[in-house]
Amino acid sequence: MSSTLLRTVPALRGALRASAVKPAAALASTSFVRGKATLPDLPYDYNALEPYISSKIMELHHKKHHQTYVTGLNTALENIAKAEEKGDFTKAASIAPLLNFHGGGHVNHSLFWENLAPASREGGGEPKGDLKQAIEDDFGSFEDFRKQMNTTLAGIQGSGWAWLVKDKESDTLSIVTRANQDPVTGAFVPLLGIDAWEHAYYLQYENRKAEYFDAIWNIINWKTVAKRYD
Amino acid sequence: MVNFDNILKYLAVQAPLRAFSGEDFNATKMAVQEYTLPALPYAYNALEPHISAQIMELHHSKHHQAYVTNLNNALRLHVAAVGAGDIASQIEMQQVIKFNGGGHINHSLFWKNLAPAESEETKPEAAKELVAAVEKTWGSLDDFKNAFSSTLLGIQGSGWGWLVKDSANGLRIVTTKDQDPVVGRDVPVFGVDMWEHAYYLQYLNGKAAYVENIWNVINWKTAEERFLGTSEATKL
Repeated sequence: MSSTLLRTVPALRGALRASAVKPAAALASTSFVRGKATLPDLPYDYNALEPYISSKIMELHHKKHHQTYVTGLNTALENIAKAEEKGDFTKAASIAPLLNFHGGGHVNHSLFWENLAPASREGGGEPKGDLKQAIEDDFGSFEDFRKQMNTTLAGIQGSGWAWLVKDKESDTLSIVTRANQDPVTGAFVPLLGIDAWEHAYYLQYENRKAEYFDAIWNIINWKTVAKRYD
Repeated sequence: MVNFDNILKYLAVQAPLRAFSGEDFNATKMAVQEYTLPALPYAYNALEPHISAQIMELHHSKHHQAYVTNLNNALRLHVAAVGAGDIASQIEMQQVIKFNGGGHINHSLFWKNLAPAESEETKPEAAKELVAAVEKTWGSLDDFKNAFSSTLLGIQGSGWGWLVKDSANGLRIVTTKDQDPVVGRDVPVFGVDMWEHAYYLQYLNGKAAYVENIWNVINWKTAEERFLGTSEATKL
């Protein structure tokens, strides 16, 4: 069931394969656990993004929030499989919103951690090469892009994400938002995601979310974003 | 594409002229209604230990204030867009009005349906008729609380949980996303804010504990008044 389901959700399948499923374990195990999601390790320490994102935020965000999405995703997948076994497709369909929410939460956070990096390492600065050119072509300049992204983030009503995406057909870049944990799927490849949920910044920035949106540019991992673009 | 220049020009030039024109229906008169932040009916620390003073102060003086400010701005721009015949801007402002107007309504209702835990208002005995109707609908007050709590915890993202009275006097639990208000024929009896800013500084990711504790500060007296339709509390 899991593999059938995952075949229809490319972004979800990609994230599970890329960041969650351990290949050795998958080989050794039965097909039932093949698609089980696990919490990916952060590619840096909890305090590595300070002072822009506090250690406390990173620890809660990764260890508690992301873990809850992973657990919720696995539960949703199991319950859908159980419903399918019983031929109860109404029940299976009723679980779809939970699959979208927790699956999206897992995918989004997995992408987010990797498109951030400590300011002392790859974080910050400006994109280079083809990505830089594409941003200038589609937004005018890097600064225009940054401003547009911040305006978009500030305009999100409620919980959600803003993404720099590439259209698979035309290769053009654009900024899109997604409500809650809806993942970026379909025609778009997600390149850079910024979490605008309050839990992503509130302990440090409280209601001053514009300060968080300004600060996060110091820790964007443009190498990762460029890799996703290519 | 919204042309803010036209709107601003209209505000700067047309509105003052019309103000002196004596027309019955004009943009300036429509814009007179200014919403203001209502004072809390208790001190910021009055809901401790269930909701911290720090949360209450930020929630009221910053978050609620931002909804009020943005609502007033959006209403002004909307009126200007009506005057300028700019339908695209009107539609854009309607989304902003819905969000910030909803935020203003929801928080105004929320403050009044909370009260210090040790007060008489937070005892269910202060809502005899409402509690009887709740028991009739859910079997017991505890069954209702459990149903309401699990609805709150099932909200995906930002939003509110409400006990509402419908036009046939029936009680229902509903949720509204983001700052969507309860409008139409449903009367909000009480609401609980499930945005992370309502609890995060104190409860972090442990929102189940926030939901458990909120029952200690629900103002049943206000809820009863809204249920019976005798309260001004549902009016802004």
